[in-house]
Amino acid sequence: MTADSNTINIAIQHRPNKSRVQTFCLDLNLQLPGKGITAIFGESGSGKTTLLRCLAGLEKMLGGEIHVKGLVWQSGSKIKPIHERRVGYVFQESSLFPHLSVEQNIDYGVKRSPVMLSKPNYEKIIELMGLYSLLERFPEQLSGGERQRVAIARALLIEPDILLMDEPLASLDGRRKQEIMPYLESMHEKLDVPIIYVTHSIDEVARLADHLVVLQGGTVMAEGPLGEVLANTDLPIKLGEDTGVVFEARVAERDDDWNLLRAEFLGGELWVRDGGDSLDQSIRIRVLARDVSLALSAHTDTSIINRLWGRIEKIHEDEDRAMLLVRLVVGEVRLLARVSRRSAHQLAIKIGDEVWAQIKGVAILR
Amino acid sequence: MFSEGDVTAIFLTLRLATTVTLILLVLGAPLAWWLARTNSRLKGPIGALVALPLVLPPTVLGFYLLLALGPNGPIGQVTQSLGLGTLAFSYSGLVIGSVLYSLPFVVQPLQNAFEAIGDRPLEVAATLGASPIDRYFSIAVPMAKPGFFTAAVLGFAHTVGEFGVVLMIGGNIPGETRVVSVQIYDHVEALAYDEANRLALLMIVFSFLVLLSVYSLRKKSQRQILSFGS
Repeated sequence: MTADSNTINIAIQHRPNKSRVQTFCLDLNLQLPGKGITAIFGESGSGKTTLLRCLAGLEKMLGGEIHVKGLVWQSGSKIKPIHERRVGYVFQESSLFPHLSVEQNIDYGVKRSPVMLSKPNYEKIIELMGLYSLLERFPEQLSGGERQRVAIARALLIEPDILLMDEPLASLDGRRKQEIMPYLESMHEKLDVPIIYVTHSIDEVARLADHLVVLQGGTVMAEGPLGEVLANTDLPIKLGEDTGVVFEARVAERDDDWNLLRAEFLGGELWVRDGGDSLDQSIRIRVLARDVSLALSAHTDTSIINRLWGRIEKIHEDEDRAMLLVRLVVGEVRLLARVSRRSAHQLAIKIGDEVWAQIKGVAILR
Repeated sequence: MFSEGDVTAIFLTLRLATTVTLILLVLGAPLAWWLARTNSRLKGPIGALVALPLVLPPTVLGFYLLLALGPNGPIGQVTQSLGLGTLAFSYSGLVIGSVLYSLPFVVQPLQNAFEAIGDRPLEVAATLGASPIDRYFSIAVPMAKPGFFTAAVLGFAHTVGEFGVVLMIGGNIPGETRVVSVQIYDHVEALAYDEANRLALLMIVFSFLVLLSVYSLRKKSQRQILSFGS
């Protein structure tokens, strides 16, 4: 394994002591990008949290390699103690020290950090997480979402080499999740610390991740840039109604009459609802497979405004036996369409055919 | 109201209990911390050993301490070779005996308080750069504060209330080993029931107030589990 200063390299073969399943073994070999958000996605029991704990050093491994951006955290039996690694860790549930105020909680890490944190940086993060009015309070006086924001700020303020987040939204209800999401997104934009984000929510993956690792039973089932992995029809984890693709686009035109934006991407353009994004801004678009239907000719007598011309690359059985999952190549982008087996038969589509994809719904994620 | 002998006994008792409580907090906290955190196979045996004074008659503990502290006992030989003489029937011997006898009353509430903290806050502290010793002082001790209060109060009160061990290894030397409980016994032996009554009532009021303070604190911090034996 090479110690690359721009990547995170992990080689683990570990059987946790406290595992509920006796035979569970985390067995993986990963090279992750040293920037952006990498989502670790999987069902419960797939080893997501164990992976994170191994990375941080909270779970003692007898062997294995962990290299973070050129720093050796573990090499065989040579293990760097947790408190000497600069690792930010945000736990699933609130993990603030109850006997300390918000400010003291934040300062706990800052005081012990080997690097002096610059004041503007400190203020930037407090501002980013919206904590100015909360500094004097104690954890019990905060809402769940506020507590998680404090925990995130506390982890960021030690200027970690890597930020590990273990389902940080799982303990929050729907509204609080929506409340904290923008903070996570702006963190992604404004900070350059690599983030490893564990989740079992495909919505969080679609909104936040740049890179995706799919875990099942302790091993890696799929891994790569988000768009590629989501468009992979062989994905062992069935997403059902949530199957779909995500890609980046750019706002090219604003149509004030109809309140729409024209978004360009490598291979085409889509009209999307005007959510206030400014011209030239990069947006992330999600198209669910169930919102895409196929036609052999361009229909103009429908209410659907988005039609893309693409070539069929793959036809895959769906978990639902009445349905098929069809993958199209549209320029540089992959689209998935979920169509019934009967319509596929009637249209007589096969790999290599060129078809119109009619897109009923497009979501802007950010 | 109290005779000079009574007052001497009261102050001796308070001095003994304070000394013993302080020693126990210093020694008992790390022991309780270890018992709360370890996965060692020794956890069971050590825990049982600490709890022994809860079930043993004080005479048993006192008897073996007497042998150990005496001129032919292992501790006695060490203290003699250091020129300290033997510790049996002395204030120092009484302190040693009381420390052992009150040990579970301090260790168990502390152990419960440390266990109630759980792994998470300590893991968080570790990721924020705190070394193991730092974690103990900055997280474990402050979070276990109610446990320290309970431990101190129970350790103090239990030392005040002991009788058997004192009689076995301390005897009955005024100003040295004659504590309140022994003084009461002396009054009764001398058929001085009024004096005995006054001291005994004092003990009842004192003990009641001590337990009241512990139990009302327990109500306030629900998670703090009080556990003590006899």
